[in-house]
Amino acid sequence: MITAHDSLVNDPRDRGGPAQSLLSVNGLIKHFPVKGSGFFGRGGVIRAVDGVSFDIRKGETLGVVGESGCGKSTTARLLMHLIQPDRGEIIFDGEKVGIDLPLAEYRRQVQMVFQDSYASLNPRLTIEDSITFGPRIHGMGELAARTKAHDLLSRVGLDPSRFAGRYPHELSGGQRQRVNIARALALDPRLLILDEAVSALDKSVEAQVLNLLQDLKADFGLTYMFISHDLNVVRFMVDRVMVMYLGTVAELGDGEAVFAAPSHPYTAALLASMPKMDPSERTMKAPLTGDPPNPINPPSGCRFHPRCIMAEPVCQTILPPLTASAAGSSQAACLALVPQSGHSLAAGLSMPEGNA
Amino acid sequence: MSALQISTTAVLPPIARSPGYWSGVVRRVSRDPVAMTALLVIVSLILMAVFASYIAPADPFKSSMLRRLKPIGTPGFPLGADELGRDMLSRLIYGARLSLLMGLTPVPIAFVIGSALGISAGYAGGLTNTLIMRTIDVFYAFPSVLLAVALSGALGAGLTNALVSITLVFIPPIARVAESVTTQVRSLDYIDAARASGAQAWTIIRVHVLGNVLGPIFVYATGLVSVSMILASGLSFLGLGVRPPEPEWGLMLNTLRTAIYNQPLVAALPGAMIFITSIAFNMLADGLRSAMDVKS
Amino acid sequence: MLFYTLKRFFLTVPVAIGVSLVCFMLVHLAPGDPLTAVLPTDASAELQAQMRTLYGFDKPLPVQYGLWIWRVLHGDLGQSIATGRPVVSEVFNAVTNSLVIAAAATLIGFVLGSLLGIVAGYYQGTWIDRGASLISSLGVSVPHYWLGMVLVIVFSVQLGWLPATGGGPDGSGTRSFDWNYLRFLVLPAVTMSVIPMGIIARSVRALVGEILTQDFVQALAAKGLTERGVFRHVLKNAAPTAFAVMGLQLGYLLGGSILIETVFSWPGTGFLLNAAIFQRDLPLLQGTILVLALFFVFLNLAVDVVQSAIDPRVQRA
Repeated sequence: MITAHDSLVNDPRDRGGPAQSLLSVNGLIKHFPVKGSGFFGRGGVIRAVDGVSFDIRKGETLGVVGESGCGKSTTARLLMHLIQPDRGEIIFDGEKVGIDLPLAEYRRQVQMVFQDSYASLNPRLTIEDSITFGPRIHGMGELAARTKAHDLLSRVGLDPSRFAGRYPHELSGGQRQRVNIARALALDPRLLILDEAVSALDKSVEAQVLNLLQDLKADFGLTYMFISHDLNVVRFMVDRVMVMYLGTVAELGDGEAVFAAPSHPYTAALLASMPKMDPSERTMKAPLTGDPPNPINPPSGCRFHPRCIMAEPVCQTILPPLTASAAGSSQAACLALVPQSGHSLAAGLSMPEGNA
Repeated sequence: MSALQISTTAVLPPIARSPGYWSGVVRRVSRDPVAMTALLVIVSLILMAVFASYIAPADPFKSSMLRRLKPIGTPGFPLGADELGRDMLSRLIYGARLSLLMGLTPVPIAFVIGSALGISAGYAGGLTNTLIMRTIDVFYAFPSVLLAVALSGALGAGLTNALVSITLVFIPPIARVAESVTTQVRSLDYIDAARASGAQAWTIIRVHVLGNVLGPIFVYATGLVSVSMILASGLSFLGLGVRPPEPEWGLMLNTLRTAIYNQPLVAALPGAMIFITSIAFNMLADGLRSAMDVKS
Repeated sequence: MLFYTLKRFFLTVPVAIGVSLVCFMLVHLAPGDPLTAVLPTDASAELQAQMRTLYGFDKPLPVQYGLWIWRVLHGDLGQSIATGRPVVSEVFNAVTNSLVIAAAATLIGFVLGSLLGIVAGYYQGTWIDRGASLISSLGVSVPHYWLGMVLVIVFSVQLGWLPATGGGPDGSGTRSFDWNYLRFLVLPAVTMSVIPMGIIARSVRALVGEILTQDFVQALAAKGLTERGVFRHVLKNAAPTAFAVMGLQLGYLLGGSILIETVFSWPGTGFLLNAAIFQRDLPLLQGTILVLALFFVFLNLAVDVVQSAIDPRVQRA
């Protein structure tokens, strides 16, 4: 953590100091039109990301968890500007992306590692050519780019003399993912978005890559957004965690605190469904049942109410805002936390001063 | 440039290089006896066309009323003489020039135009895709022979018009293949990774799309060469291509049609040449297809 | 089902409009004034202007197209310059003749192609397969107009079994269902059948091979179903696709018959097109191509709809 802090301070690109968030997202919305089955193609929209706001602090690892289809990956792609948001703004180190900060400049500072290690490498390019592509288009000379590629390959644990001239299909999944990490680092990014980056790997390989990511973060002074459905991995990796449900943020807060005492019933259910190694730790809490509802027609009010054990009639009508939890270590979007919301649990809740 | 090369080796240690995809394809095709035989036939035909003036024993235009329709094996006329007494062997050899030119030119041109249209449509998606592909669909709605005949019929007979017509016939199918392959590649993560690195669309197409889509489009296009040979000679056969007295296999087949009663074997010869060329290209295309369709 | 049919129909309309546009433009693609073909070369400027107004060539192109398509929709394709008869009746007669031969060829090609394909697919990888595949491969690469000549040489000139050319005993193409008429049909139909034979054989071979390796067939065989029983299942599953290929081939043959009809002097659309091109009879050329192309477009639609009725899984967008 000290190394990371030092390199953060030393980074000439740093603008607002460690107190300013590296990335702020405000009211991000992305709806996808659905090809209608109606006669004239009048379909609905998938509310993939529906009003998401959060910060990523400098030098931290923000975990993003949730079931498949909750909008994790769409959020990642929106942050990368691979798809255009319908609404919402992205602020990078104090500058509005696309307004104060040109998109090309932003893209050098934010890079992404995808889940499918094979699909994210061009099968016709050698490993070296894949890694040098980014630096080359930003004007780096061939020799410098190759030197950099070889250096990065060593850093991710691949011997350049053995791997630089190989093609992706000649590598194992873990090796390919190391290449993808090297490729992402080739542009000297400050923020790395890891979208299920280790999910497709074998458990033993996964652990090695996770350790590698921890080392690289310290060495390069990186900030991570770590997206995963695997709560054990997230718990191991992150400083803070964001729980998403059907395109909205359910809970956002300190990782340890959220894992220890979840404030949102969805987080609690998600944690309860986590496989435990120790039988004595097994809980009797209600596990999460059923599939997530269809994002084309999400439930009214609180999106989670049809599956929530604490649901009350009021939950069907009011969309809960992110509210500080009792302990103050996290924010959750649950009416039970909102004073005078009409939820039976809210009334008896004493809110800490100045935090409501 | 050479200074850079030297410094490269000075700074970077040598690396183990794997053979690329195309060298693998070449290796596999070269081990396919059928494809290699076909290639041999094609190369021989091309050499025959190029060196026709050295190989042909006689002047392909010199006619003689006395020597009309001589059978195969006539002294001085190993493959007989045609309806105007011209040496068949020489005419068949010279005929390779125009026949191959007409058969082989349209596919590469259509490959370039069709690929450009299809790749643009596939990469851009959305409205651009709809505009390009719906236009293509209209031309694709015509049976190929009908479209070729209609176009060259409207444009009028002649070599250039025939070439234009056949090229236009092949653009829609090639564009459709190019579009579907590009749409598939476009959705892969390495394209997103390239976009995320800030590359321009053109750079991404050049580096990441072309290398992955041109192969399949190329395989499809090689399969069209044999069709193109038949179609081109067919247009000449109808009198829509080359004009007499130029030697061209399709046209020769047409002018010799009346000779089927006197010298059937001689009359059938030009068609046999078209057949051989068409089969050879078909076999080579099959060999290429299986050589390129390897998942390792 | 009805929904799918309607949807496919509405998707076909723009294509049909596009096809009509292309046919309309064909006349304007022709070098020079479309009138030069109609008028004598020494026509006076006054007469030319008069004719231009009469044919509507003085109006802007979109208006001309509108007027033309309006007449087409009312069944008026104009008049043949060469014969002076309405194009519609000329085309109708020729299309019927072409359909006879294309249907016969499709039938022969379907039977032979399916047989070849089933045998090749069933014995995949053996020499039988290679032999059958070679035959279908030859069928695809043979210049069919030449094959027609070869067949004429063998069966008409050498053996004298069948007539070499012509559309019937009296040369006019009067159709009847007796050997006197049908013998004229044999050679052109067999020649033409080579193309669909090769293509159908290839698709059937691939289909049969695919179905044989599918789990349910393996399961049937494992349950002790006889070879013949398995075979019946294979056929039942391959049939819809084979029929679809056959339907499309009929369209291709009808459009592509020009070369074979020329070889055999068969009085079909190919023959008509040939005459239209060399007499520069542009209304006839335009009308024939429009009818053939639209026939192909709507045949495509019919094949899709019928195929999806047989097998609802295959609904092409």
